Amino acid sequence: MAHAIEIAPDAHDAHAAHDGPDTGIRRWLFATNHKDIGTMYLTLSLIMFFVGGAMAMVIRAELFEPGMQLVDPAFYNQMMTMHALVMIFGAVMPAFVGLANWMIPLQIGAPDMALPRLNNFSFWLLPFAFTLLLSTLLVPGGAPAGGWTMYPPLALQFGDSFPMLIFSIHLMGISSILGAINVIVTILNLRAPGMTLLKMPLFCWTWLITAYLLIAVMPVLAGAVTMLLTDHFFHTSFFNAAGGGDPLMYEHIFWFFGHPEVYIMILPAFGIISEIIPTFSRKPLFGATSMIYATASIAFLSFIVWGHHMFVDGMPTSADLFFMLSTMLIAVPTGVKIFNWTATMWRGSLSFEPPMLFAIGFLFMFSIGGFSGLMLAMVPADFQYNQSYFVVAHFHYVLVPGAVFAIMGGVYYWLPKWTGNLYNMKLAKTHFWLSTIFVNVLFFPQHFLGLAGMPRRIPDYAVQFTDWNMVSSIGGFGFGLSQILFAIAIIQCVRGGKKATAEVWTGAAPHGLEWTIPSPAPYHSFQTAPEVR
Amino acid sequence: MAQSHVPNADKYYVPHSSPWPIYGSVTLFTVMAGAVATLDGWLPAWSLLPGFAMLAGLFILWFGTVIRENEQGLYNMAVDRSFRMAMMWFIFSEVMFFAAFFGALFYARALVMPWLSGDGTKLMTNILLWSRYHGTWPTNGPGALGPRANGSFESVPALGLPALNTAILLTSGVTITIAHHALLRGHRRRLAIFLAATFLLGFAFVALQATEYHEAYTKLGLQLGTGIYGSTFFLLTGFHGLHVTVGAIMLVVIWFRVMKGHFTPERHFGFEAVAWYWHFVDVVWLGLFIFVYWL
Repeated sequence: MAHAIEIAPDAHDAHAAHDGPDTGIRRWLFATNHKDIGTMYLTLSLIMFFVGGAMAMVIRAELFEPGMQLVDPAFYNQMMTMHALVMIFGAVMPAFVGLANWMIPLQIGAPDMALPRLNNFSFWLLPFAFTLLLSTLLVPGGAPAGGWTMYPPLALQFGDSFPMLIFSIHLMGISSILGAINVIVTILNLRAPGMTLLKMPLFCWTWLITAYLLIAVMPVLAGAVTMLLTDHFFHTSFFNAAGGGDPLMYEHIFWFFGHPEVYIMILPAFGIISEIIPTFSRKPLFGATSMIYATASIAFLSFIVWGHHMFVDGMPTSADLFFMLSTMLIAVPTGVKIFNWTATMWRGSLSFEPPMLFAIGFLFMFSIGGFSGLMLAMVPADFQYNQSYFVVAHFHYVLVPGAVFAIMGGVYYWLPKWTGNLYNMKLAKTHFWLSTIFVNVLFFPQHFLGLAGMPRRIPDYAVQFTDWNMVSSIGGFGFGLSQILFAIAIIQCVRGGKKATAEVWTGAAPHGLEWTIPSPAPYHSFQTAPEVR
Repeated sequence: MAQSHVPNADKYYVPHSSPWPIYGSVTLFTVMAGAVATLDGWLPAWSLLPGFAMLAGLFILWFGTVIRENEQGLYNMAVDRSFRMAMMWFIFSEVMFFAAFFGALFYARALVMPWLSGDGTKLMTNILLWSRYHGTWPTNGPGALGPRANGSFESVPALGLPALNTAILLTSGVTITIAHHALLRGHRRRLAIFLAATFLLGFAFVALQATEYHEAYTKLGLQLGTGIYGSTFFLLTGFHGLHVTVGAIMLVVIWFRVMKGHFTPERHFGFEAVAWYWHFVDVVWLGLFIFVYWL
């Protein structure tokens, strides 16, 4: 284009005098700076990780032995439902958006996100959304207790919490859509001259694709929960067979959102892993272009596999078969990614700094989750596994040592760039090893429990499941406590420590624009766009 | 450079700080809290008012700031491109919102109704649960839900008001295009007239839609509670009507900006964004007319 973008932030010449951040609370409330907003996202995410984690501890404590000990079944169900909602919408998604906010402008050489006010709006919707969601614990009837999927007719029987749940989801949805629009516009419009799409770092690529998924499916979730709302309060019959509706229809609409949502929570993780592994293997990413195509294929397939969540729910057999085959197809691009990461490490000069440890942990344990996913994709096998702890084990393997490990790896990778300080490597490695050991103690036995027939979503169980539940609970407590080390490592690093260089990982091979600017990254980076060759 | 008259043409404008996002978040929270309080019966319906008042303030203040900055020439072509892309993807997200409700309509009509009538493998559903139900569209389900004691209802005939409304919206699509061409050629008077015609047609559409709803509620036995037909009918046309209302208000704002002398033949993103939105509303209506009223 004739008018190539030359970009500089804070173009308000008159105001150029105060280029630094505002002081006090104004800096955060009125923020337009992508780094400030990224920090707020990541902080919210960490808080929510501990809130959701505390709920998980309640669950594991109750399941430590058979019988009812600590909580009543209704409260158990509330914990289970809220744990999922808080972790998905409060911990994992905001963490990725926070990383996107921090890193996308740095990686593409942009002065900021393209729509800075909208960016702050996306963030500040979330604390309010979670205020609304968490305050359901205090209203008559308690918090939502029918599972995060909100299936009718059960969801329609929630108490006063029902509209609070619906509206908090609307707020989260608005936040996600606006955030995704910002990511897309930033990547497509604000790349530095010479930063062609195929030169763009994988983290930006996976986020671009994730943003499309978000824009396409969050409105569908909004539609689904709106139908729930009108069914509950305004006598509509979307999910009522007497009126010609169908509860199964809700499942279709929900999972049309829900399955892409699963990939929304893993594609940016793929991007992070694709940044970390080449750095600490001292080799360029193997098959970088094929990684992009694989990501896009996974995103496309995610729209046509939703039925695998509903194999036993009464779909026609032909639909079961279609969804089984389309689901298995996803193993192909995912396999491409796993093999590419492995090939990147092959004959590389490996070193095992904390980000690399998390990336390798991801590689192994996400694959376990992927394989159990393939088992669940098979209709006849799924008839056996459905609604059992096997499913719980599966999706926790892809989400915890998958998505969460990637986020932690990303934080450990870029934290020195953000703060200018190196963190305590020993503490971070201890955090990794404790997390890895305990996460397997926590979730691996759940495969056995599920195969042996223990149903999910129950506060009590038959005595023969006791042993593995105890093991799993010990793993849970251990994993939960280990995360305190994560918080300590971050807080220490923010407060001070050995100074990091611009490259941070000297001796390794960090690649990308973010390593060309000083650590900590100045409040306004890339005032003039860098040349990318 | 084409935008050489713009002071900061080479710089991407990033505001130093802004109070509107946090104000907007408080606003939406107030709206939702009001809705929760109303629906849960904690407070009467007036609890919605503060939120909506704040919402009106939000649009005036936030968009006011953006318009002022734009008129000051702070936005270069890159900012303009950002706005364009953002608006397109926002409209795409709206399309997906409507897709959920269209999906519900198609699913209910093509799958649920035959299944409840005992089609295919669902024979036992019909025999055991709804033994005398043989659904034909439009249906209010085997329970014959609705306001009338005998369970009957009528649908709105496509060739009455809906056809008129189709003509109105399609005409408004033409008038806004004429207005756009007038803007491009610098014919300000023609621009103002055709823009005004567009939003007047928009409001006429909303008024007719309100008449249709009144008829449906009082004479046809067609209400939100009239089974799946009433549900899909009112949610699809209702959300569409809401979008037409919002679009018409946006057109009014644009009209006032035109009268104040805003927009040039080269740069008029605000106008185009509203025009895109208006065409989107138009296209959704065509889908509604075909699938809700006609077929």
